Amino acid sequence: MLAEMDVVMLSRIQFALTIMFHYLFPPLTIGLGVIIAWLEGMFLWKKEQIYMDAARFWTGIFGVNFAIGVATGIVMEFEFGTNWAMYSRFVGDVFGSALAAEGIFAFFLESGFLAILVYGHDRVSPAFHFFAACMVALGSIFSSVWITIANSWQQTPAGHEIVQMTRNGEPWFVDGQPIMRAEIVDFWAMVFNPSTMHRLIHVWLGCFIMGACLVLSISAWYLIRGKHEEFAKKSLTGGLFLCLFSCLAMFVSGHFQAKMVYEHQPAKLAAFEGHFETGPAGMSLVGIPNEETESIDMNVEVPGALSFLVHEDFNEDVIGLDKFKPEDRPPVKIPYFAYHIMIGTGVSLTGLMVLSTFWLWRGTLFDKRWVMWLFVISIVPAIAGNEAGWVATEVGRQPWIVQAPLKVDESGVRVEDESGQFIYESELGLRTNDAVSKAITSEQVLTSIIMFGAIYFLLGILWLFVLNRKIQAGPPHKDDSSKSGNDDLAEALTGHHSLTEGS
Amino acid sequence: MDLNLIWFILLGVLLAGYAILDGFDLGVGIIHPILGGEKERGLAIKAIGPLWDGNEVWLVTFGGALFAAFPEAYATILSAMYLPIMLLLFCLILRAVSIDFYSKVESRFWKLFWDCGFTISSLGATIVFGVAAGNLIQGFPIDERGTYTGDLIGLFTPYTLATGFLATTVFAMHGAMFLFLKTTGDVRERLKGWLWHTWGVFLIAYILVSMMTLIENEHVVDNIKQAPWAIPIVILNVLCVANIPRAIMAEKYAQAFASSSINIACLVGLYSVSTFPNMVYSTSESTSLDIYNAASSQGTLWLMCIIAMIGVPLIASYTAIVYWTFRHPVTES
Repeated sequence: MLAEMDVVMLSRIQFALTIMFHYLFPPLTIGLGVIIAWLEGMFLWKKEQIYMDAARFWTGIFGVNFAIGVATGIVMEFEFGTNWAMYSRFVGDVFGSALAAEGIFAFFLESGFLAILVYGHDRVSPAFHFFAACMVALGSIFSSVWITIANSWQQTPAGHEIVQMTRNGEPWFVDGQPIMRAEIVDFWAMVFNPSTMHRLIHVWLGCFIMGACLVLSISAWYLIRGKHEEFAKKSLTGGLFLCLFSCLAMFVSGHFQAKMVYEHQPAKLAAFEGHFETGPAGMSLVGIPNEETESIDMNVEVPGALSFLVHEDFNEDVIGLDKFKPEDRPPVKIPYFAYHIMIGTGVSLTGLMVLSTFWLWRGTLFDKRWVMWLFVISIVPAIAGNEAGWVATEVGRQPWIVQAPLKVDESGVRVEDESGQFIYESELGLRTNDAVSKAITSEQVLTSIIMFGAIYFLLGILWLFVLNRKIQAGPPHKDDSSKSGNDDLAEALTGHHSLTEGS
Repeated sequence: MDLNLIWFILLGVLLAGYAILDGFDLGVGIIHPILGGEKERGLAIKAIGPLWDGNEVWLVTFGGALFAAFPEAYATILSAMYLPIMLLLFCLILRAVSIDFYSKVESRFWKLFWDCGFTISSLGATIVFGVAAGNLIQGFPIDERGTYTGDLIGLFTPYTLATGFLATTVFAMHGAMFLFLKTTGDVRERLKGWLWHTWGVFLIAYILVSMMTLIENEHVVDNIKQAPWAIPIVILNVLCVANIPRAIMAEKYAQAFASSSINIACLVGLYSVSTFPNMVYSTSESTSLDIYNAASSQGTLWLMCIIAMIGVPLIASYTAIVYWTFRHPVTES
């Protein structure tokens, strides 16, 4: 089946595969980085060994995620050139600088201080170690800033001009076609393009939820097993607060995000909601969008809710997919399901966190074994929500790789053609079909997909295996804290000491 | 000096920085099999453990800077060498995992598996770098739009295979010296002979590639003739290569490592001179991509200069802190 696909489709599959695998790790490291810096700060302040033990334990988990995150991240950077050469030529002037800034400002900071964080316990003072933890957290956050800026620019481009390239001082044509590209005219307008801030906050909250759920999951598992109870209760409480805060903030962020998408990419929001026909719209809760009948099968919806969401009015019209020419419409099924998975996981996690906080306040949380089990599996919806959010936003942008704006008249009203459909200013954007490398064949791309598939599969299994071992080993035992922080076998065994029946 | 030239030089600096720093940890991977037993191999991994990841960031930044400053060259080079680059990425992933997972489990089979992974990936990545450099010196056919028109086999010629071999020998020698500086006792004794072996093989590769370049690539010779200011690089290079055995003999090992580092910087410098002002030399009729027609706008190049002016002092300080923190030789405890 794969072999019959064209280079564009295969390259999209390859990018989706590699980035979805990659995107398991950065959110975990961003979330954990903040938690580790906080724990090290608490250790400096309160001088209680348990904070340092906890910081070391989470640093071990962080280290595994970081190494795989870096290795799979390099792939993303080079894929722009290997598979999407025409895209790279078109956007290099704008997009490249954000990518270079990510390397210069974020990666050096993160990788340099991570070495000190992981291997430097015996070599630097506790205060400097705390500083290193802060720099690692900051580095991972900086990296999310630059990559989100670059991605947001693709969604809502700003601060640039489309100009014809020159060759030897002359305007450049190939086969009579002018060769165009995007060039920066206003750096800050590019950085703060209309969607950057909304998306950045959304991404961060997603990362915090994922990091917090990993902490919740591991801590709850210890409590179920009756291991490392003091450590687990402290971690669980911290994780719960971080997750609760992030989930609640996510509702606000999500709302503004949806309104922003509607304003700048109405076709995308229509695909998210499976909204085919322009008019007052309900919000579909569950269903299966059917692109042939242009309706949602087995739809369960809240009447008027989508109109209210975007206009604060239950009866106002919402732009549907019918306002776009068939060749300008995104596919509906994938964005619809991904969007609904994202929201579904978000709502469920929020419910769990709110109830748990209430039980914590009542003092009954730790007695509820079934809630602990829910925490153990909470990492699954957290990952699913983050991945689905990414899928929804990227597939919803199709058929554009750089979204062209809709044509507007002098008063800012969107221009319609004779059939009442909106017109894109195509020359200002770039279609995914035109973005792929011309020098590559589908066999080559297929080969690389198989290569990546194989090594990522191996990597995924190893990751789970090593993570599991670290979790089994647990945080360093209290009496053991004078030893060096290297995760050697002896330490793993001392961790196992407390692996007795639940107390 | 214009912005395009500044960025050509800065990219050369990033590339040299990458080759010198990641060069030694790639080299440790290449000579890994000569080390005896689990203990010695564990020490080798420990010696580069805190450093390799930061070294690799030089490559990431080089990639980002090439994308930003010369997007046409970035797109042409990476899409032309599609499968070799995929192989490179595969190797870089395998390497990261090998180093990271090596010490996680105490089992003979586990360690043997990652020993192999570490060696194969280090060797594979190095060969791809060398072959890529060879292709860029020799040139390849591109059409009017900068798209590669050759095939996969066209990337492997006797010359590019020779440059691949040269890269392997340079890094092996560099890695051996680094490991020698970072270890004590038995490992150090074993490595002593290999300082000589790797230098000898490097010398053969160095002479071979120099001769092939002069005979096979006329455009490079013409280029060097027009750049008399490059002659000091050649002289410095030869002096460094000659100084390596002298320093080893005199037991000035740090000096030998420094010579090896400067040797790598000179090789990157000579590579730059031999291609300048081209980024991609086209062997077909249409124009080559040079530092002007492959570049971003002047605005972006200037913006990148500002980013570099803020970033470079920061990078220099982190690098110094990390290398200072981990300056001591590694021991088994």
